[in-house]
Amino acid sequence: MRSARNLQLNRNGELVHLLSTEGLPREQLLHILDTAGQFASVSDREVKKVPLLRGKSVFNLFFEDSTRTRTTFDIAATRLSADVYTLDIGHSSTSKGESLLDTVANLSAMVADIFVVRHAESGAPYLLAQHVAPHVHIINAGDGRHAHPTQALLDMYTIRHYKPDFSSLVVAIVGDIRHSRVARSDIHALRTLGAAEIRVVGPRTLVSADMVPMGVRTCHSLQEGISGADVIIMLRLQRERMHGALLPSSEEFFRTYGLTPERLQWARPDAIVMHPGPINRGVEIDSRVADGPRSVILPQVSFGIAVRMAVMSIVIGNEADP
Amino acid sequence: MSGQVPDAEAVYREFTPVVQALLGPRTELVGIVTGGWWLAQRLHADLALTRRAGALSSAMHRDDFARRGLTARGGTELPFDVDGADILLVDDILHTGRTIRAAVNELFDYGRPARIRLAVLVDRNGRELPIAAQHAQVRLALPAARSLQLGRNEDGRFEFHLEAAG
Repeated sequence: MRSARNLQLNRNGELVHLLSTEGLPREQLLHILDTAGQFASVSDREVKKVPLLRGKSVFNLFFEDSTRTRTTFDIAATRLSADVYTLDIGHSSTSKGESLLDTVANLSAMVADIFVVRHAESGAPYLLAQHVAPHVHIINAGDGRHAHPTQALLDMYTIRHYKPDFSSLVVAIVGDIRHSRVARSDIHALRTLGAAEIRVVGPRTLVSADMVPMGVRTCHSLQEGISGADVIIMLRLQRERMHGALLPSSEEFFRTYGLTPERLQWARPDAIVMHPGPINRGVEIDSRVADGPRSVILPQVSFGIAVRMAVMSIVIGNEADP
Repeated sequence: MSGQVPDAEAVYREFTPVVQALLGPRTELVGIVTGGWWLAQRLHADLALTRRAGALSSAMHRDDFARRGLTARGGTELPFDVDGADILLVDDILHTGRTIRAAVNELFDYGRPARIRLAVLVDRNGRELPIAAQHAQVRLALPAARSLQLGRNEDGRFEFHLEAAG
């Protein structure tokens, strides 16, 4: 069986599926970011649409709810002139006992070109990528705790937009590292792009050295974690984690790790603050920071559309090995 | 074979005054990425033009996109209002006409120009669409299996290369 790493690329090294930033070669990663740069201006045109995916069908398969991510994929596919079908899978066929592969086999018979997949099980997009026809492409929109590659790519696009030289950057990722597929995907992409220092910051129940690759610095104090940082990525604290005794309360988390304007001064004066959204005001981030001059949270959303357009337009031109 | 390849610098020198004559006081010079954009930048400098030149990418409208995928070269940048504009497109080589078709579609995504004209260094055989240039400096008949490419070396000088068509 081919490894997960190879499954994303055909024998010419071209991207056919986007499953993870782990094992995504630097040149492919930069190609996506450069291509996204061309799409960033499409929204400035009088005609906010290009015909690259005209006649192609994009199916959104969201087995786990996410209005925001699904909407940005919708917009990206629509701006590329694709026909977009969104299936509310979580509440239909799977609840009738149909397997994941049966669902996709059925949808492939409806002539799909791209499946955008979000699933609560880690690895679900890999399973699909192994079973679809060579001209069908899988884009992982988040699988379990494993990966969220388009979020990581839009984070890299955002960082590069404000801080072009990764080799001098100190990047701090703050919050629930344990459950975060965003953190994992960001770390792989940052290492590939050669970020000078990557830190993960949070309480011991949510952050430990065995959760991250070698060379990533683990900090349990916010001050240590963001001192001198150029980029701060705040993660969303998922409230359901409170019930698992991993955290005492959201108020206590905010007291210890919440990013306030006062604490932001520990970072470099030109540091940018990012967040994958949706933000919990007063839990991981103070409103004065989220809405403040260092926040790039809303540009992230706009860049996310361009990055998803880039990924879809790149994979559609490449065919998997037979 | 080398006898078929013209001296790009000599062709450019003859092309320059012709472009100058085609430019009216309100004409916008636009180069097609990549070769035509090099040309537009150099014309802008050599003719001391005051209006900024535009760059036009055909990538978003290419009909061979599904085969070739998207190449992340320069994007479109038009420093003027396309609505009602008088546009002179410049490109290095006019071959099948498909690039020009895609580039004109790209222009229309930004507005409705009053007029578009086209000037090229080389017009070669192999047209697949009903497209013609207002001015071609050189006309060449080349073997169908050969692709003529414009290159720009380190000191900014142009060179033509004849390659096997890919």
